[in-house]
Amino acid sequence: MSTVVTPPPSAGAVVGAASAKAARVKKKSTSPLVSIIVVVIATIWTIPTFGLVLSSFRPENDIKKTGWWTVFSNPSFTLENYKEVLFGSSSNGQLANFFLNSVVITVPSVMFSLFFGALAAYALSWMNWKGRDWVFIAIFALQIVPLQMALVPLLRIFSTAWPFSLLDPQGTGKFVIIWIAHVCFGMPLVTFLLHNFMSDLPGELMEAARVDGADHARIFRSIVVPLIVPALASIGIFQFLYIWNDLLVGLVFGTSETKPLTAAVADLAGTRGQEWQRLTAGAFVSMVVPLLVFISLQRYFVRGLLAGGLKG
Amino acid sequence: MAARTWRRGSTAVASALGVALALSACGGSSSGGTATGTAGGSTGSAECADVAQYGTFNNAKVEIYSSIRDVEAERFEKSFEHFQKCTGIDIQWNGSGEFEAQLQVRVKGNNAPDLAPIPQPGLLQTLVGLNAVKPASEKVATASKANFPADWLTYGTVNGTFYAPPLGANVKSFVWYSPKMFKDNGWAIPQTWDELLKLSDTIAKSGKVDKPWCVGFESGDASGWPGTDWIEDIMLRTQGVETYDQWWQHKIPFNDPKVQDAFDKAGAILKNPAYVNGGTGDVKSIATTAFQDGGKPIVDGDCAMHRQASFYANQWPEGTKVAEDGDVYAFYLPPVDPAKGKPVLGGGEFLAAFNDKAETQAVQLYMQDVNWVNEKAKLGDWITAHKGLKTENVLTVTDQTPNPIQILSVQILQDPNSVFRFDASDMMPASVGAGTFWKGMINWVTGADTKSVTDSIEKSWPAS
Repeated sequence: MSTVVTPPPSAGAVVGAASAKAARVKKKSTSPLVSIIVVVIATIWTIPTFGLVLSSFRPENDIKKTGWWTVFSNPSFTLENYKEVLFGSSSNGQLANFFLNSVVITVPSVMFSLFFGALAAYALSWMNWKGRDWVFIAIFALQIVPLQMALVPLLRIFSTAWPFSLLDPQGTGKFVIIWIAHVCFGMPLVTFLLHNFMSDLPGELMEAARVDGADHARIFRSIVVPLIVPALASIGIFQFLYIWNDLLVGLVFGTSETKPLTAAVADLAGTRGQEWQRLTAGAFVSMVVPLLVFISLQRYFVRGLLAGGLKG
Repeated sequence: MAARTWRRGSTAVASALGVALALSACGGSSSGGTATGTAGGSTGSAECADVAQYGTFNNAKVEIYSSIRDVEAERFEKSFEHFQKCTGIDIQWNGSGEFEAQLQVRVKGNNAPDLAPIPQPGLLQTLVGLNAVKPASEKVATASKANFPADWLTYGTVNGTFYAPPLGANVKSFVWYSPKMFKDNGWAIPQTWDELLKLSDTIAKSGKVDKPWCVGFESGDASGWPGTDWIEDIMLRTQGVETYDQWWQHKIPFNDPKVQDAFDKAGAILKNPAYVNGGTGDVKSIATTAFQDGGKPIVDGDCAMHRQASFYANQWPEGTKVAEDGDVYAFYLPPVDPAKGKPVLGGGEFLAAFNDKAETQAVQLYMQDVNWVNEKAKLGDWITAHKGLKTENVLTVTDQTPNPIQILSVQILQDPNSVFRFDASDMMPASVGAGTFWKGMINWVTGADTKSVTDSIEKSWPAS
């Protein structure tokens, strides 16, 4: 509450305030001691992943017999692991197929959650209707319910209720139910975060638009959406990482045709775990996309963290 | 400006999505299309005469959900090719590492598979309790009665109704060793439990290897299961089958002196610092050594004996020859009192059907067809308790030569003197057999005493 009494803030000012916050945090965290601690933690944190990457390029027998650090004294590298997990025989991976499954699951799920979340957030912050606050509290409260509780009932609906029962149980149409499941489970958080962001938008803008004769649909499209693009981007990244890394939903609702990469990686090691050297390459294949997303959209990611954490 | 960039960005994402969808559609159809049956089949031709009795179907699909995956699943798929072509039934093999948990979720969510080979009679009981499993058809029941030994049928039976015919089998009462090492040192294969202990002493004193035994209990979520096999094998040997049955049926408590005695007998080897843990460390290292790596020190010459099931044959490093004259082989874990016969501990799967569609029953019946059983064995590294399985058809995967360890397993299974018993932990309620019993073994081997471990397992037994 210590911030200034803002004079009619424009869209730029909202973003400006966020970057001012970012600057403050940046200033606080640049003391040499903090830097040293951060570097040490980051190094320790990265060592296992680094070992994983090195291991994934080592031959099977080396992985099984010795630790990855021995590679420095006795280097031998191969692409065999990647070849096997990406394009191997039909049941020992073929992660290339499941990689696409993950894309097909993740991208629409993120799009749908953002779309519906933004609509809901708009209705909850800029439309006046009875019981609005109660609905908002209910949505917020739903975050507390663990999604595990909904798995069996939801599966029951998907397998017997119309229109889902029309889907071929083994077919690729089953992606639809995974989308719906992810969107359902993601909605409370997306709505909540977008609502926070949207209700900070200056009311004058909406009023001016209304005076000019814009209805809600028009205001949403022409004024709100352009202003919340940074929020959409950062929440989109969170959702993307969450859905990409999800195992449980994919495992329960996926079939052998539609399961995501994570579920396929979990089965890579073979019936009795004898092929665990494949996990090194498999894990790295599943990590590549989240890493790329994070590195290329880091800016939004940090902004999203700040949007949630530093209010007022 | 920002808005315009965003819009352009979203078009790019949308088109990327379109491409991805199209690609996945291709991927899906190509992997699904590998095993298409010509609907209607060609029953008339001589080629299909052997499976004519299973009928022909149009557009029928049967999903088999299983914990068997990877190359082993591929061998199953291969074994179905002929049947699929002739009957028009498309069999989809769906293997998952989370099979035990997922099967129950799918059943409760009205999304059960058509068939599932269940490795635990305890789980079969649970599923029957949920009214999920259909009793075997009359045809299946009659065929099973003719094809399998009577005790195997009891594991597929719940409350007097026969549900699930046996599928694969494995024998667990084996001790792996290096024939060359034994020969070089003049060690003989022990025929009784006392000889086994005496041999352990000899090896420990000889100093030829690090320690006589190597053991590994670690196995992820299932850590501890190799330990339960030790206790079960010793229960069978010291107490006989009647007490063994009372034990897993909980007619005697888990902390009964007889059970504690079995723990102590196992402890004489597993908790003896002079005997374990070859090539790895002290007694406690048993808990952290992976089951997959448990026997590896034999190949490295650090340990002489490793008690593990026949399926451990797959775990040896590449290039290890498994044969009586090879690098490693296994001998039958000797009985305490040879006069009481040859108790054999083992495991296997039971093929439960979750609906009574004609195609489901046809596949269930086909999976005990004597031709299929022998063809499946020829693909390698797979045996069953089926009486029609011929040992000459039990081959290895790699070079399709006779598979000595599996042939030995079949001989033990088919030996009229063998007294076969199913793995007790698989028949106990899951909260014990796949829970406290496993954890108890880890606690026990890391220092807890027999009494406190058996007491706490007894306490965890579900009431009813």
